[in-house]
Amino acid sequence: MTTFGLKHLLGIRELSPDQIVHLLDTAETFRDISKREIKKVPALRGRTVINLFFEASTRTRTSFEIAAKRLSADAINISVSTSSVAKGETLLDTARNLQAMAPDCIVIRHSSAGAPYHLARACDAAIVNAGDGAHEHPTQALLDALTIREHQGRIDGLKVAIIGDVLHSRVARSNIYLLAKLGATVTVAGPGTLVPAEFGGLIEQGVRLARRVEEAVVDADVVMILRVQRERQTDAFLPSMREYAVHYGLHLNHLDLAAPDAIVMHPGPMNRGIEISSEIADSGRSLILDQVTNGVAVRMAVLYLLAGGVSSGEQSADREVGNGTARNGTVKRQRRKRSLREDL
Amino acid sequence: MDPARINRALARLASEIVEENHGIKDLILVGIRRRGVPLANRIADKIAELEGVRPPVGILDITLYRDDLSTVGAKPIVSGTELPGDIEARTIVLIDDVLYTGRTVRAAMDQLIDFGRPRRVQLAVLIDRGNEHRELPIQADYIGKLVPTKKSEIIKVMLTDFDEDEGVVIVERPAAEAAA
Amino acid sequence: MRLLIKNGYIIDPAQGINGGKNLLIEDGRVGGLFGYRESVPDDVEIFDATGLIVAPGFIDMHVHLREPGHEYKETIASGAAAAVAGGFTAICAMPNTDPINDSAAVTRFIIEQAAHADLAGVLPIGAITKHSLGTELAEMGEMKEAGIVAVSDDGRPVPSAGMMRRAMEYACGFDLPIIDHCEDKSLVRGGVMHEGHWSLLLGLRGAPAAAEEVDAQRDCALAELTGARIHLAHVSTRGAIEAVRRAKQQGLSVTCEVAPHHWALTDAAVAGLAGNGPGGTDGIAYDTNMKMSPPLRSQDHVEAILEGLRDGTIDAIASDHAPHHADEKALEFDEAPFGITGLETSVGLAFEQLVRPGFISLERLVELCSTNPARILSLHDRGTLRAGARADVTVLDPEFAWTYDLSQSKSKSRNTPFDGVRFTGAAIATIVQGRIVYLHPAYSRVTDKHQTVALS
Repeated sequence: MTTFGLKHLLGIRELSPDQIVHLLDTAETFRDISKREIKKVPALRGRTVINLFFEASTRTRTSFEIAAKRLSADAINISVSTSSVAKGETLLDTARNLQAMAPDCIVIRHSSAGAPYHLARACDAAIVNAGDGAHEHPTQALLDALTIREHQGRIDGLKVAIIGDVLHSRVARSNIYLLAKLGATVTVAGPGTLVPAEFGGLIEQGVRLARRVEEAVVDADVVMILRVQRERQTDAFLPSMREYAVHYGLHLNHLDLAAPDAIVMHPGPMNRGIEISSEIADSGRSLILDQVTNGVAVRMAVLYLLAGGVSSGEQSADREVGNGTARNGTVKRQRRKRSLREDL
Repeated sequence: MDPARINRALARLASEIVEENHGIKDLILVGIRRRGVPLANRIADKIAELEGVRPPVGILDITLYRDDLSTVGAKPIVSGTELPGDIEARTIVLIDDVLYTGRTVRAAMDQLIDFGRPRRVQLAVLIDRGNEHRELPIQADYIGKLVPTKKSEIIKVMLTDFDEDEGVVIVERPAAEAAA
Repeated sequence: MRLLIKNGYIIDPAQGINGGKNLLIEDGRVGGLFGYRESVPDDVEIFDATGLIVAPGFIDMHVHLREPGHEYKETIASGAAAAVAGGFTAICAMPNTDPINDSAAVTRFIIEQAAHADLAGVLPIGAITKHSLGTELAEMGEMKEAGIVAVSDDGRPVPSAGMMRRAMEYACGFDLPIIDHCEDKSLVRGGVMHEGHWSLLLGLRGAPAAAEEVDAQRDCALAELTGARIHLAHVSTRGAIEAVRRAKQQGLSVTCEVAPHHWALTDAAVAGLAGNGPGGTDGIAYDTNMKMSPPLRSQDHVEAILEGLRDGTIDAIASDHAPHHADEKALEFDEAPFGITGLETSVGLAFEQLVRPGFISLERLVELCSTNPARILSLHDRGTLRAGARADVTVLDPEFAWTYDLSQSKSKSRNTPFDGVRFTGAAIATIVQGRIVYLHPAYSRVTDKHQTVALS
């Protein structure tokens, strides 16, 4: 295991605050690359990144694809409808087939919680969880954190309100873990059927539960809105989208209760006029588009630190001459022979 | 090398750069992270003493352009690259502390090209470890001191910007570190 | 032929016997218990049980043998072999086969197959409703003639209270106990693990304890209404155990059983060992060998189970042995079928976590594994070592140290979380109708005249 300690990125819950900060700092550097004319660096040249998406998602998949390509990696997209999974192949068999192609990294989105862990046990590649059921969506939380840091300057000490269908939301869970680890406090609000009491004990520091949006947004520095899905109505979690919009949607007047420079975020895609009013979505307070930009940067950082890093058996080496350690050229990577050594 | 000799070497490099380029028009000094940066700044200061104008100084972080990801280290730290303005048609002087295999400079040049097309790129180093270790056809235009060394030795350049003392010393590589 | 089990320590709660005696077996029946020093006939085989416990044969009331229909997971023969390896002289076969055991024909088939295997006795349990669809009663009378010992809709709970009432009244007429799998599907709603802190954290749909409690309470109320004998399968919640306790206090004929995994593990086990390590791959998170129905519950429910075992509310230990093929269990947690095997680890887990820590006595263990199951199922010649009873005997060594080696399992399936677990205490010999059908390889307690043990 490397000193960065990450072979896979399966969830935020397993990360230490240091690892999270390192990911965010690295992502910041990558954000600058996207502003250049040549938006590419050769860092992952020759590496293969496979996007294995069992759930439709153009947005996240494209984000990972761009991230891989900007690092000069070869990005391959596999979506369920076009692959043999639709023909009844199991996840494990799909994994083994991929494994035979020796990818460096597999990004997986799946509707079953735990699927990335399954994959990690079956493959040598570095696995990135792009969303597994209601469990976690780590890169979303990271890009949200980057956005918050960018606009509020910090995360420690912030008050964050998360509004919506928390029960089914992997974005909510990942965000709660990350925000708590970096010192923010979280309040959650939503319909009684979608905010179970147990949520209060999800993390050690506790999560505040509020019944009404008005309660949750008081003094909030960040308001995160979760997407509501229409199935919740047919599954008897909600009576109607109209009722949700009126009683649980975020309206302009709610922002008067929040902190003066509060920002509003939404993982997208948003249902205008239901969980978030159009006025807010189009206002300067809403950072939805910034989130998208930061998404590519964060995913570049994740791919770089996972697929670009060293495998086990390494001694950590600093590029600096001054500290007296020499570069160690003996790398125990089975598949790749790194014959050339960069030196001082 | 003690601090005084380093200083004199830098002064000489500064005047050589100015002389070779017939002044400082369109000149940009670019320090290669980390130790190239304070060296670039010091040289820029000395040029300011000579010419009355300080040339712009940029910073290059070549981590993402390395050809050997395996030795990046377990926790790669990618800091920013900051270039003062457009490098199109300018003369860039890359500045680093030690020239050894030449790979760092190759990465730096690749990175520069991604930013634009300079008219000329030159290289200034405080220490040149000699041709014996060069792995690419790269040479320095301005050399502080030529110090032929063995592969088993490391050159430590210490600057007060990062270290306690200032100076250049040669040490033996620890035995545990086997060459690739 | 005669077998003398010599120098053992007899525990037979049905007769109130708890002491050192020799046990004589003649022609498949118990000949009698004799003092150590009483004279012994010459022409007997001798099984030296010095230092061992000799108990009436253990009966596992809840086993899924996948024959007919799913023989790739388990057959009656392989299940019976696993049973005797686990110390069980008889097992009850749940009806959710394919075809479902809702007819005399299937019942007879099962009994025939078991006779061929000639290992543990297999006592079929018939379905409550035709095809277990919950709408029409199955032919309980015909099935009873053919040999069922109870009726159950395990795996597919009877959906309406009204239907359950009819079933109870009808079964009463044949003196058949009803074994109910208490689960309100509308509360479970696709839940794959216990609803609580861990299901929330793991992002898996949860099945609340209330789903079991609601049905348990319903069944007790119906037992009062109908006077029927009802047995709650695999209770896993405080609420269900409480309901049984109250029903017993009221004098109703309500009994219940518990499966070893429900006291041995909690819902935290689904999250993997020691919580998730760096990168989340340490430990086995989302291990489908932790997926069963009812699910593993939280610590509070485990404590309720231990209380119930101690105070007599829980009558029996039954493994709910549910073999599944490796391919099926290798699916995502949401998709994998529910259940784990259990015949070979039941007794070990009981010793390890109930007897050794002192929650229950050895005598209570025998009650839970033999005396009570026989009583609940009205098996008058089983569950006891009185003279004339079937010579079904389980010999136990409470000190025997062993490790469960899954690769040696007699079951066809490998879905268990207990591979490699170390136990102290095991059934080391299983005797069915006077024949030693299983003897642990480490044991050589039998003299030269010992017959060849018939092992599958």
